[in-house]
Amino acid sequence: MKKEKGIKGSYFQDVVERFLHHKLAVFALFFLAVEILVVIFLPMILGLDPYSIDVMAFGKGPSDTHLMGTDDVGRDMFARIIYGGRVSLTVGILSAIISLIVGIPLGLIAGYFRGKSEIIVMRLADIFMSFPSMILILVLASVLGQSIVTITVVIGVLGWPDFARLIYASTLSVREKEYVESAKAIGTKTHNIILRYIVPNASAPVIIAFTFRTAQAIITESSLSFLGLGVQPPAASWGNILYYAQSISVLANKPWMWVPAGIILIITVLCINFLGDGIRDALDTKMSV
Amino acid sequence: MEHLAEVKNLKKYYPAKKKLFKERQYVKAVDDVSFYIDKGETFGVVGESGCGKSTLCKTMIRLTEPTGGSVFFNGRDIASLSPEEMRLMRRHIQIIFQDPYASLNPRMTVRELIKAPLDIFSDASEEEKMEEVFSAMELVGLNREFMNKYPHEFSGGQRQRIMIARALILRPEFVCCDEPVSALDVSVRAQVLNLMKDLQEKLSLTYLFISHDLSVVRYLCDRIAVMYLGRIVEIAEKDELYDNTYHPYTRCLISSIPIPDPEVKRHAMILEGDVPSPYNPPAGCHFHTRCPYATKECSERYPELREVAPGHSVACHFAEKIREGRA
Repeated sequence: MKKEKGIKGSYFQDVVERFLHHKLAVFALFFLAVEILVVIFLPMILGLDPYSIDVMAFGKGPSDTHLMGTDDVGRDMFARIIYGGRVSLTVGILSAIISLIVGIPLGLIAGYFRGKSEIIVMRLADIFMSFPSMILILVLASVLGQSIVTITVVIGVLGWPDFARLIYASTLSVREKEYVESAKAIGTKTHNIILRYIVPNASAPVIIAFTFRTAQAIITESSLSFLGLGVQPPAASWGNILYYAQSISVLANKPWMWVPAGIILIITVLCINFLGDGIRDALDTKMSV
Repeated sequence: MEHLAEVKNLKKYYPAKKKLFKERQYVKAVDDVSFYIDKGETFGVVGESGCGKSTLCKTMIRLTEPTGGSVFFNGRDIASLSPEEMRLMRRHIQIIFQDPYASLNPRMTVRELIKAPLDIFSDASEEEKMEEVFSAMELVGLNREFMNKYPHEFSGGQRQRIMIARALILRPEFVCCDEPVSALDVSVRAQVLNLMKDLQEKLSLTYLFISHDLSVVRYLCDRIAVMYLGRIVEIAEKDELYDNTYHPYTRCLISSIPIPDPEVKRHAMILEGDVPSPYNPPAGCHFHTRCPYATKECSERYPELREVAPGHSVACHFAEKIREGRA
């Protein structure tokens, strides 16, 4: 076989190569991968329990038994941060997926068929985007009940216009390409034109938006939980750990109860954003033609 | 004899942006065009940029919806088919696009690109389809080792071969060629043209061949139509058109073909002015603003296409006079 290995499948290889040049993004990817592995497996390995109460240690600082101290009820802070990571990352990623699942088909339909569907979908998106989303989420969360599921669904559903508008915009340009006309000319069915010709060529911006959306959802969840409307104790999330910081004495005298959660939250969001930047730079070439 | 394809009064108007208090204007990209194509022949359409050649081609096979008129294909009016009927009809009617850099999906491999029509219309097994893909690749002179590559790894000429393989794999009866070589290097043009000519013989294809290059058209076509601003101004057999030119516009075009001989002094008719705006084509004969023989009548009345010799039609009031004046 005398195949030139270097050229074959080169689009994907190019993207990977360009991504690897983006040091910050590679670091971010590595960090996030480790973080995800840690929040999934560490509790099993170490037998962490975020709910058990140590009656000997209410609001005690870091010690041998409690690496990061305990909260006011005597729960281990380290365990709570790890478990909180599970919740925060799950809410972030799942709600971004929900936004994607709702937004992409709508945007594709609006962009490909134009006409009435375009007017309906895009004006609906405008309406959704002009709601003060935080207030809406607060209201919905208190009406629907404050569970992890509601939070995820509400954040997810409210995020659809971002994706719809992105895919709509790129569909508008891709549908005019000659290869789409060529697909019509060989008699391709409409749904196959959309799936095989439009989607692969229009989804680069969506992949990038997905990362930013995840970061944003994590922040929204944290804000809600900080306000006491998100994930409810005893379940832990980074946001409701930060809830402790509402008390002035905790804020001033017991930094172990809120500083680590705040730092990990910031680093995680930062890393997701770096990752998004890296993917954007990697995809952003003439190949998107 | 029954014609394979017959176009009658085909029209394609593009609405221009409506101005307040003004009636909506239309760009008449194709205006009342009629012609027929017989089985096995190559019908050429020439004209300068923007005269509606490509629109004619795409409207004829309904890649853009016609504004009016009909297109009979084997006696069936495809302009009145439902979208689904039209989709099924497409296995008999294919198109080769102008720009092979734009007409191949960059995310599909050569194999997927060429196999796509089979996946739509053929019930054959996967192996049989692959056999057909290989034989199509062989037919157009592509090495089968290329099948897992992506279009951007190929040169323009090779891409156009991929396009041709894809268009011909279903053995269509009729192929529209929308300037298939104008985006290619001069060096590979001849190869691709010869390939198309060979394939026409092998597969008994009928071509509608669009070009702005008169030497290419002369090489490939049996009958030729000349378009100017959305209308056909002259139709004739190839040799008749070149040797017995009636319409002044056609004479201009033919006299502008470069002759590869520095000794020959040419007497090219150079046209004055630009092509008029298609928004607002001149009244009467569209060509009268640039025609050296134009009279008052030309600016008042559009000359209908009329037969001046067997199989030779011209849209000019003074076709015969102009011809004789030259002789």
